[in-house]
Amino acid sequence: MSGIFQFLSAHFHILHITFWPLLVGGIANGFIYSLIAIGYTMVYGVLRLINFAHSEIFMAGGFASYFLLHALIGHSTPSTGGSILFMALGMLSGGLCGMLVAVILERVAYRPLRRRNAPKLAYLISAIGASYFMFNLAGKEFGRYNLSMAQPFVNHSLFTIFGAPVQMYYIVIVAISAAMLFLLDRIVATTKLGRGIRAVAQDAETASLMGVNIDQTIVVTFMLGGFFGGLAGFLFGMSSGVVYTMGFTPALKAFTAAVLGGIGNVRGAMIGGLLLGIVESFSIAFVNGAFIDVVAFAILVLVLLVRPTGILGEQLGRSA
Amino acid sequence: MRSPVAATQIRRFLALLALMAVVELITGPPGSAEEPTIGITRSFSEPTSFFGLFVTPRFVLFFAFTVIIYLVASLWRSQSTSIVAIWNTTTAQPRAFTQRRAVRLSTRGGLLVIAIVLPLIVTDPFWQSSLVEQIAVYILLALGLNVVTGFAGLLDLGYVAFYAIGAYATAWVTGALPLAPPFGIHMDPFFAIPIAIVLAMVAGVILGAPTLRLRGDYLAIVTLGFGEIIALFANNLNTITGGATGTNEIPHFTFHVGPVNYRWGLGPVPYYYLALGFVVIFIVAFSLLEHSRVGRAWTAIREDEVAAESVGINPLKYKVMAFAIGAASAGFAGVMTAAQTNFVSPATFTLVFSINILVLVIFGGMGSIAGVILGAVLVQTFQMFIIHTPPAGFQPQDLYIYLGAILVAMMIFRPAGLLPSRRRRRELTMAEVGKSTAGEILIGEQS
Repeated sequence: MSGIFQFLSAHFHILHITFWPLLVGGIANGFIYSLIAIGYTMVYGVLRLINFAHSEIFMAGGFASYFLLHALIGHSTPSTGGSILFMALGMLSGGLCGMLVAVILERVAYRPLRRRNAPKLAYLISAIGASYFMFNLAGKEFGRYNLSMAQPFVNHSLFTIFGAPVQMYYIVIVAISAAMLFLLDRIVATTKLGRGIRAVAQDAETASLMGVNIDQTIVVTFMLGGFFGGLAGFLFGMSSGVVYTMGFTPALKAFTAAVLGGIGNVRGAMIGGLLLGIVESFSIAFVNGAFIDVVAFAILVLVLLVRPTGILGEQLGRSA
Repeated sequence: MRSPVAATQIRRFLALLALMAVVELITGPPGSAEEPTIGITRSFSEPTSFFGLFVTPRFVLFFAFTVIIYLVASLWRSQSTSIVAIWNTTTAQPRAFTQRRAVRLSTRGGLLVIAIVLPLIVTDPFWQSSLVEQIAVYILLALGLNVVTGFAGLLDLGYVAFYAIGAYATAWVTGALPLAPPFGIHMDPFFAIPIAIVLAMVAGVILGAPTLRLRGDYLAIVTLGFGEIIALFANNLNTITGGATGTNEIPHFTFHVGPVNYRWGLGPVPYYYLALGFVVIFIVAFSLLEHSRVGRAWTAIREDEVAAESVGINPLKYKVMAFAIGAASAGFAGVMTAAQTNFVSPATFTLVFSINILVLVIFGGMGSIAGVILGAVLVQTFQMFIIHTPPAGFQPQDLYIYLGAILVAMMIFRPAGLLPSRRRRRELTMAEVGKSTAGEILIGEQS
């Protein structure tokens, strides 16, 4: 009994002194998970299937922004105006490349199956194949080693929250992600495009009778998800570097986040990502670092067992 | 305005051209991060010899291939009904002949004889050991995954986890791990077989019972995570598994009964016959299973779970059963590999391994035992051939590109596989035309 108490108090002691730094890091990671989870959740909404190849959209975004920034900045340190410009370029290149890959993916790996009304198992297998194909092709073309991204800005501490230093990098990630997620929420909730997506998610057949172009809506959904996935690839690459296998673990966690928030639910993905990032960050105080990836998996299994519909419930249609 | 026929043809040609460009890219030389475009440009521009006749840049060669394939394909398409008709009439008699029971049995017997004499024909040491390590063991694995994916229609991406459990169980039982063997006795790997099977089955049930209630895609991702976690544990639990280096002290199979003493391990051939024996046992067991009450229940669940449930089949029970049987086969294959190579390390147990087995099943034909074996033989031989005689600029990881491409291509062009099971083919085509399947399957089975 006293042994357990000692164990817990020792670990809570670690948590006590590292609470704020862990929270800051967790929030930043959580926003990245949210951005990736958006792609899973939106595609799930319209197609009712999990896009296994989403990790490679993320990877493609990372590579595109790496090459662009490497060519533009190299090892120099840009000025303030330059920082903003390069950030914008990095985001755009990552997002657009993610978009492109998502569209190609939909076209090659999903649409032929959709035309044939193939069983769900076929989609999964096709997506897994596409994922394997893409990241190994990237490894072949761009080398199989970790590349560190050229930094668009100097990553110094800006201020402290209760003694926890908050670095520029965290601020940038949180600001960009929050803005992007807000924008997406508005797109889905208010625009004609968003209405189409929600209509297809609720009932594809009826939506097509009402004049929604299903093919086009699906492509647009893939594009939106791809843009956010590629953008996340850039943000992730800024801190962790870019490598052809970079998509696997973050995407698995983002999937967990999407399920946690309620798959098919855009706001759920945002909340789920944030929550997962924070929980995972705090679990560092309790779990050996080597097993940190197990935490997300345990959460996934737990959610699937206890509440498979997630926190907000699944349904893209009802999300807004 | 162009006529729609011409537009379709142009689209078809462009799609083929794009496909050939992809083939060009994946067979081309590698690039690097310093010059990210070099791999791509050289894939198209590098001079290559056209069967030793003349030298031309690759893109010319591939363009020529595209045109040739396109012409042949359009010729085939325009003639296809008559060609198919001629083919059907000329092969009607031979096909009816092959349907006869005696002929089918003797074909199988002939194949078995070929398999038995194979090590006498294939004498190259590389190919002899490939025959065991890369083909026979993979056939065992593919047959096991076929129960899960082919019969029951569940996607298991963490299949490697059960293989790892089997291999580590062997190491444990024989006393090769830092963890003390059961009762402190160093046993023969033969005793590891039941233990590995039981452990893998238990792991399968523990993983399957909660997750098999869920939708198929959740199962896929949970099993994928499970595979990664088993590898993580194998890598990090140094005091139990030996950590990243693993162990290389697993003994060979031995056989001591009365006056007979035999030890496997001198060359791959004895192991080949051992594995062949097990492959035959697996084939017989799984064919019996397929046509048993359990096999029919799997088919029913795979086709329509709700309907199956309404006629009194408990889907969860049968899914867990399929999962456990698949896990047990993988565990068994793990014992085979561990005892033959004497060696187990976490580096073997990666996701790509599971994907590789999945490719064998998909390529050959989900649910078709003959297809899966054919798939395993073809895909593994192809892989070993490339590794044995690599083309210029080839890296071993490039194989994964091909594996991924096979999965996508099969799903687009031939979802039932190379040698489809009759039941499965009917199912897939029916799902595609949107018919309800159950009644017609029954009618079809009787005819």
